Amino acid sequence: MRQLVPLTITFCVGTLLIVSVFIPPLGDLERTFTLWFDIIAVFAFFLGGGNLLRVHINKLRRRKTDWGFSIVTLAGFSTMLAAGLFKIGNPGDIATAVDAPGSMFYTIFDSVVVPLGSTMYSLLAFFVASASYRAFRAKNREATLLLVAAFIILLGRTPFGLMLTEWVPDSFSLLQIPNLAIWIMNSPNLAGQRAIMIGIGLGVISMSLRLILGIERSYLGGDNA
Amino acid sequence: MPNVGVLVPLVAIFGGLIWLLVRAIRGREVERRVIFMFIFVAVATPILFPITFQEHATPVVKNLFDRIENLPSGSTILMSFDFDPAMAPEVQPMANALSRHCLAREHKIVFMCLWATGQSLLNTTLEYVIRPDFPHLVDGVDFVNVGYKAGNEGVLNVIVSDFKKMFPTDVNGVPLDGVEIFDKVGSCKDFDLILTVGGGRPGPKEWVLFVGDPADVPIGAGVAAVVAPQLYPYYPRQVIGILGGIKGAAEYESELVKTHPRFENMEKPGLRMMGPQTLAHVVILAFIVIGNIAFFRGRRGKKTE
Repeated sequence: MRQLVPLTITFCVGTLLIVSVFIPPLGDLERTFTLWFDIIAVFAFFLGGGNLLRVHINKLRRRKTDWGFSIVTLAGFSTMLAAGLFKIGNPGDIATAVDAPGSMFYTIFDSVVVPLGSTMYSLLAFFVASASYRAFRAKNREATLLLVAAFIILLGRTPFGLMLTEWVPDSFSLLQIPNLAIWIMNSPNLAGQRAIMIGIGLGVISMSLRLILGIERSYLGGDNA
Repeated sequence: MPNVGVLVPLVAIFGGLIWLLVRAIRGREVERRVIFMFIFVAVATPILFPITFQEHATPVVKNLFDRIENLPSGSTILMSFDFDPAMAPEVQPMANALSRHCLAREHKIVFMCLWATGQSLLNTTLEYVIRPDFPHLVDGVDFVNVGYKAGNEGVLNVIVSDFKKMFPTDVNGVPLDGVEIFDKVGSCKDFDLILTVGGGRPGPKEWVLFVGDPADVPIGAGVAAVVAPQLYPYYPRQVIGILGGIKGAAEYESELVKTHPRFENMEKPGLRMMGPQTLAHVVILAFIVIGNIAFFRGRRGKKTE
């Protein structure tokens, strides 16, 4: 019974959603299911919040490694939650957006979350530089191809690319580095990306069929995985 | 007189690179912390002492610019902010430039987000770009912010046929039935253009799959540089133009200033950030060359032994 109920729901919903694409009157049913999905998605936020609290309170209680960071996480979580729930400092009435400019939520987001997020992302520049130095080496034919392509794309993304090859006559304009970079993106990259996408598409179809037909049961968890 | 603040670090960078090149010829590798230091100086210098370059719009950017430019005034455009603070420095300049362009052409914009973090970043654009640059425009008449809805692709699947079913009110709780823009908009099919700015999931790809193709609405995308290659299979039929990374933003800004000189004095973060990006790219390219020289010298040394 524990298996039969979710398997039956999966089969019915999956089949209905596929059929609704081909039978227009069933289109409304598809939208209704989507709305249900959205409502379920909202509950995931509660689940996520609850899980975050559970994990970090546990870590604090047991004084696990780096438990100090859990205090920061919990403090940040509760502050943002309180600022959003009670709309602290909101310029308008209770109906205005939770993150209206001037509110505590927006101020913390704009002056803490945004700079922190940007800082984390900008650290990539250092790691990309270090990785490029170590990885882009002409060890064999494939690595050399990758190296040359990366070199052209990187140079093509800077004004120097055009400066270096501006002298190339218009009849050979493809050899100008920015154009060469565009060609790499438009031809070899495009071909590779399409092949990957078609492969993923076929994979998704086969996995969906396996789920609908009950062959793939790992989503049920436990001994069914 | 050349700026000393720029000259000194540049001389230090290129002098240092030549020194590392000489070391590489002798078969010596470069330590990671040395690379980090070079990147730090290369990025910090143009931020502290701005260096700007001329940018020309490539066809992939120009296509999107021309589409917005040539739409009749009063067209309705949907713009989705699908990004987080980490991505913001790269894609928010695009969102700002696209918003400015649409409003300068007197198009109506419906703003929304598929990412929870997008809503606050959208507020930043409204507060620091739209309201100061277009003080005469009225919220609800010239643009409307419907905010964020959870559900990712599920949201798209509903708004493609009924926008108000998913967004009955704007972000301040005003019913969309009373909002002028929605007099002629029932679903995504009624928008003249959809712009999506982001790069993660859900992002441009989901917009194409769930809205662009089924509703036959053109889509323009502004994405982080690492995501741009994945969008090329959709260009130019399903995605009419792609702004890839800060270079895409810079190209769009330069085209905007060229066509609409009133924006000459606007904040141009895309063009401003091309300085640090260019210098960082040059340093990375130099390190690739140095790395290969060191690698071949090292290999030759091993063979000789």
